[in-house]
Amino acid sequence: MWDYSEKVKDHFFHPRNAKIVEGANAVGDVGSIVCGDALRLMLKINPETEVIEDAGFQTFGCGSAIASSSALTEMIKGMKLEDALKITNKDIADYLDGLPPEKMHCSVMGREALDAAAANYRGESYESAHADSPLVCKCFGVDEAHIVRAIRENHLTTVQDVTNYTKAGGACGSCHEKIEEIIERTLREMANDEAASAEKDRSRTGEASEKAVPETPRELSAAERIKAEADAEIRALEEQMQRVREEAQAKIARAQEEARRRDEQLRAAKEEELRKAAEVSETADEGPVNENVPFYAEVVRVINDMKVALAQDGGSVELKKVTSEKVYVELSGSCVGCMMTDMTLSWIQQQIMEAVGHYVQVINTAAPAPLFPE
Amino acid sequence: MTTEKKRVYLDNNATTRTDPLVYQSMIPFFTEFYGNPSSMHDFGTPVREAMEEARHKVAQFIGAEHDDEIIFTGCATESDNTALESAVLANPDRPEIITTAVEHPAIMQTCARLEKRGIRVHYLHVDGHGRLDLDEYRSLLSDRVAIVSVMWANNETGNIYPVKEMAEMAREHGIQFHTDAVQAMGKIPVNVGDSCIDMLSFSGHKLHAPKGVGVLYLRRNTRFRPFMKGGHQEKGRRAGTENTPYIVGLGTACDLAALHLPEVDVRIRELRDRLQFGILREVPNCFVTGDIENRTANTVNIAFEYVEGEAILLKFNELGIAASTGSACSSGSLEPSYVMRAMNIPFTAAHGTVRFSLSRFTTEEEVDYVVEKVPEVIRELREYSPYWKQGKPAMSTFDPEYKGSLGKNS
Repeated sequence: MWDYSEKVKDHFFHPRNAKIVEGANAVGDVGSIVCGDALRLMLKINPETEVIEDAGFQTFGCGSAIASSSALTEMIKGMKLEDALKITNKDIADYLDGLPPEKMHCSVMGREALDAAAANYRGESYESAHADSPLVCKCFGVDEAHIVRAIRENHLTTVQDVTNYTKAGGACGSCHEKIEEIIERTLREMANDEAASAEKDRSRTGEASEKAVPETPRELSAAERIKAEADAEIRALEEQMQRVREEAQAKIARAQEEARRRDEQLRAAKEEELRKAAEVSETADEGPVNENVPFYAEVVRVINDMKVALAQDGGSVELKKVTSEKVYVELSGSCVGCMMTDMTLSWIQQQIMEAVGHYVQVINTAAPAPLFPE
Repeated sequence: MTTEKKRVYLDNNATTRTDPLVYQSMIPFFTEFYGNPSSMHDFGTPVREAMEEARHKVAQFIGAEHDDEIIFTGCATESDNTALESAVLANPDRPEIITTAVEHPAIMQTCARLEKRGIRVHYLHVDGHGRLDLDEYRSLLSDRVAIVSVMWANNETGNIYPVKEMAEMAREHGIQFHTDAVQAMGKIPVNVGDSCIDMLSFSGHKLHAPKGVGVLYLRRNTRFRPFMKGGHQEKGRRAGTENTPYIVGLGTACDLAALHLPEVDVRIRELRDRLQFGILREVPNCFVTGDIENRTANTVNIAFEYVEGEAILLKFNELGIAASTGSACSSGSLEPSYVMRAMNIPFTAAHGTVRFSLSRFTTEEEVDYVVEKVPEVIRELREYSPYWKQGKPAMSTFDPEYKGSLGKNS
């Protein structure tokens, strides 16, 4: 059920002036049974003063249609006709403390009945402007006819445009698909209209003028202009996207190059460091080397065991040099570049320390693997 | 509103009261048995067992041959969407759908979406009483059709459609047959086992189970593509953790519905007829829409001429009576119910259609209260109507196309 204000409910359940006015001299009939709401407004206007002395209504319709009719009669009773005609449909809705957006047309119907009654009083004819156009945007109460008109008059092509011009679609967004359909249909209709009128122009100007008038670039029609603009916009966007893509690719290439360079520097530095360390140890290690180291045999045995173990994973280890404090090895095979290299080293160190019974340092002389394998 | 205001709920085709027994059966699955039915541990196991028991009850209720033909979903709308989308995806060489002009929006709008994707949808016409023309149906059957979807019973009129016969005809052409049985469940016997129906949708909340649980029956060996992806639940046919408390409730509701089916057919039918004839006797210019001979026992749709449905409902609500209308003004569109328009109900009446739908909780006293109140409401609204004068329609004296002529009414 709708969220009606207390005032709407009051006017629905206790309608004022729901009656036939005897001696009415201004009667306004609007709406139709097909649409589901219709209203007859009956006024008794004093011909001398033009004051509305009595007002009554009969309404076929929903709760808010009956409430709007009731409110209208209350508002205009005692008013001069010209003042009454200044009332807008929004005034009627405000009088009722607001109507749901879907129901605003009920207040419009009331306003139209007043126009119709005034026309009737003055002996004029009245053309209803009450369009039964489906509501598209419920948040702002915008109907399809309104959107179509805005599209046609302002050459709108996107939902955003429509929102800017009509507010439709500016809130919850649930009508965007519907608006897109309306835009598409309206633009198509406009293009057809243009084509038809161009056709007519051509046939009207006829062959006689065709020869006389030199070929001048025809001014583009509205629809063609829109299409041309849209095409240009699409092309511009595509170009822009291409540029962005190229820029991004260049950036990635630069970053990769930079990383490779830094990696090479690191490798060179590390190799240099190792080389120096080896030199230093060769010169600084005063003590005995290899066979002369008392625990050389144990180290060789451990390394040979390790070879067997590492071979299972496709790796290998080579004993390079043994001093009384340090054991130089070179890890190779799958050990190169393996994330577990450090663990493998400390494992070897552990095994050697257990075998010899005291601390020794194990150093890998193999160069680290490149971060970016070619 | 006074506190002892009378409340009569005659809108059971919209939703039903959850049976207290159903509610009772659900409670342990909120409190004690909260495990995930897919879990291997002891928290999941009893939940899974209860869910499978519920599945068995549902299968029994609709006469499914195998329990695993029951897929639990979130609602019948989801089941309807799944059925149509699946059939289209699973039968890419069949680009057509047959349905009716009076389906629920869950079918109508899914069809509209499929139409945008290039599927051709045939909407079977109905006559003035909402009945289908099976010759028209036969003429549309071909090996280009992926699926036929026809509701078992209509929500607005209660009309029952010959789905079993239509399913047999579809099978001759290798066409999948789906039925939206939401409004049939618990009102007429539904047995898919001895039919050619491949898929059937229904929801719990029209059956005295709570909202938020539905079923898609899927006959074994029916080509199927899941709609919801993302998990192995329901044998990979509907991803998403099962709503176990509600599924258990639905199982109970199906048991109860089977138990109450004879009551609906006898006692509720009598009450419905009492309501219908009570109103027809007391209110001039009104008539029953739909197929009086062949409709669900709980539903009556009455068209009141020269009054508008929303205004009727507002008045009803003030009297504590809940019903529903096909009037445009209650839905936000400008046109009255498409079901009424498909049946060519004249505009003088289409705006004033009111659906009363009963349930096993409806009492004789409630029906009598409504019969007592309705004539007054209609009389009052007609008094305001320019189409009504001194107890009679007055169409000829009110025509807004008419312009000018002073004081024609004075």
